[in-house]
Amino acid sequence: MAFVVPKETYSGKIYEVTIGKGDKAVTVGGENTLPFLTFEGEVPNRPAIAYEIQDIAPDDWPATVANVYKEVSSNPVTWAKFCQDTLGAKAIALRLIGTHPDRGDASPEAAAKVVADVLAAISVPLIILGSNHIEKDGPVLKAAAEAAKDSGAVLGKAQQENYKTIVAAAAANNLRLVCMSQLDVNLAKQLNILTTQMGFDKEKILMDPMSSALGYGIEYTYSVMERIRLAALQTNDPMMQTPMIADIGANVWKAKETAADIAEWGDVAQRGITWEATTGVSMLLAGAELLVMRHPEAVAVVERTIDELMQ
Amino acid sequence: MIIVGERISVIAKRVREALIKRDPEPLKELAIQQVQAGAHYVDLSIGPAEDDGEELMDWGVKVIQSVVQAPICLDTTNPKAMRAGLKAHNNTWGMPLINSASGEQERLNTMMPLAGEFGAEIIALTLNERGIPAMAEDRCVIAAEIMGKALECGVPMENIWFDPLILPVAYQQDKCKESIRAIKMFQELNDPPMKTIVGLTNICQGAPKELKPLIIRTFLTLLMYEGLYAAIADPNDKELMAVIKTTDVLMEKKLYAHSYLEM
Repeated sequence: MAFVVPKETYSGKIYEVTIGKGDKAVTVGGENTLPFLTFEGEVPNRPAIAYEIQDIAPDDWPATVANVYKEVSSNPVTWAKFCQDTLGAKAIALRLIGTHPDRGDASPEAAAKVVADVLAAISVPLIILGSNHIEKDGPVLKAAAEAAKDSGAVLGKAQQENYKTIVAAAAANNLRLVCMSQLDVNLAKQLNILTTQMGFDKEKILMDPMSSALGYGIEYTYSVMERIRLAALQTNDPMMQTPMIADIGANVWKAKETAADIAEWGDVAQRGITWEATTGVSMLLAGAELLVMRHPEAVAVVERTIDELMQ
Repeated sequence: MIIVGERISVIAKRVREALIKRDPEPLKELAIQQVQAGAHYVDLSIGPAEDDGEELMDWGVKVIQSVVQAPICLDTTNPKAMRAGLKAHNNTWGMPLINSASGEQERLNTMMPLAGEFGAEIIALTLNERGIPAMAEDRCVIAAEIMGKALECGVPMENIWFDPLILPVAYQQDKCKESIRAIKMFQELNDPPMKTIVGLTNICQGAPKELKPLIIRTFLTLLMYEGLYAAIADPNDKELMAVIKTTDVLMEKKLYAHSYLEM
């Protein structure tokens, strides 16, 4: 007897979120089934990958990934253009790490100028990320949002402790928003509720359940993301139906396995790239629609995997 | 859980007057209030309406669906009025719900074919000419007969919503537990489980006013524990909606968040 593939049907559906504008805009989400189960439901959009750049030259990226950008990373505009024009990036994530009080403490105005300059130089969608400093991110992202008004950019990350300023800034400037909670499915829902109660359109939110790297609690992230997605699809929970973003590059390239030159662990460059690619694919399988990554070879591996899984 | 908003009922004086005068405003207002509060269906109860049922149901359905994007629970014993409602119904937001058929031959033979013809959902009361059986088992026998008739009329099992009929605790205390058992047993009649629905307010008939809300909420929790699919209730009763949401959370039908009551 022929094998019949069992199929589930779900009552819920993930919102479609479009980032950027014009013909380079990228739409993610829209599926009504678990990741890549194209035989079971509709998966109208492929997951997207954004290349991470920073407002200041990276001094803490391992050589494997820092070397890729060493000619361009002293200036965020040249870096962004390199990603877009040479590497073929479909989206760029600009991390304003230089605004962190311990990393140069750049002013909100300076950050806004970087955002404006980068936006002027690229046509692909931009994701604007703060330095993940709760207090400083408020004024920085507010200024950045004004500089990115109506660009379709994504602003992040709003967290429980500072969401009000950031949500208001994203709303006032017609941007998309990343809401991040710390590996907790209930708090993720709560933050989405609070954001929505401020009048922010729930269909413009990307949820960041806080991703991690292979070997550093990825299974925990994975199961939180799975639970979020099942709540969205099975119980049709409108607060859980936002697409998910996984900001993995920063975690992966902090892991000692991606930097330590230990002979018996094999070639460090190959190891680092594999580490990021494996992490990225895992996050996609858990339900992420948008990845933030660093190494172009790792991006290439993940893109090939998406190609195969979307067939 | 699915809520059928019960407030547009001929029993309410304001609604009755609006129906007689064809005044659309009270119907619109009640429909909007109920859907905003979380009702999935809006009940339109016109009673038997023997003289002008067809025209009245047609008018009511169109008035309600001009202001809310929701299906309507067509509530009348008049088959002609029911047909008029099914015809007038806009199915964009879901199929209409017939309220109701029962195990009584005449009602079964008029309402079930309508469900088949229009592809509508249908509430089926498990009573027959002899009344409401005391035991849950006997209500299941009637349910099985209704399922047989549905098969004949081409009504899929998932379109049938069984109502065990709730009797007041103040008069028939021993029947409350039977209704709860019936909810559980109805589901076991088919795989996937049959849908179930109750009209909640019956439970507190005759009880002192101050006890009514408490009796309704507690009873609903017990029914939900047994898997009740839907209730005909007042979605503007905030406390009742809070109990439903909390039970859904405790039964893991909804994901918990601190603000779950507000959603």
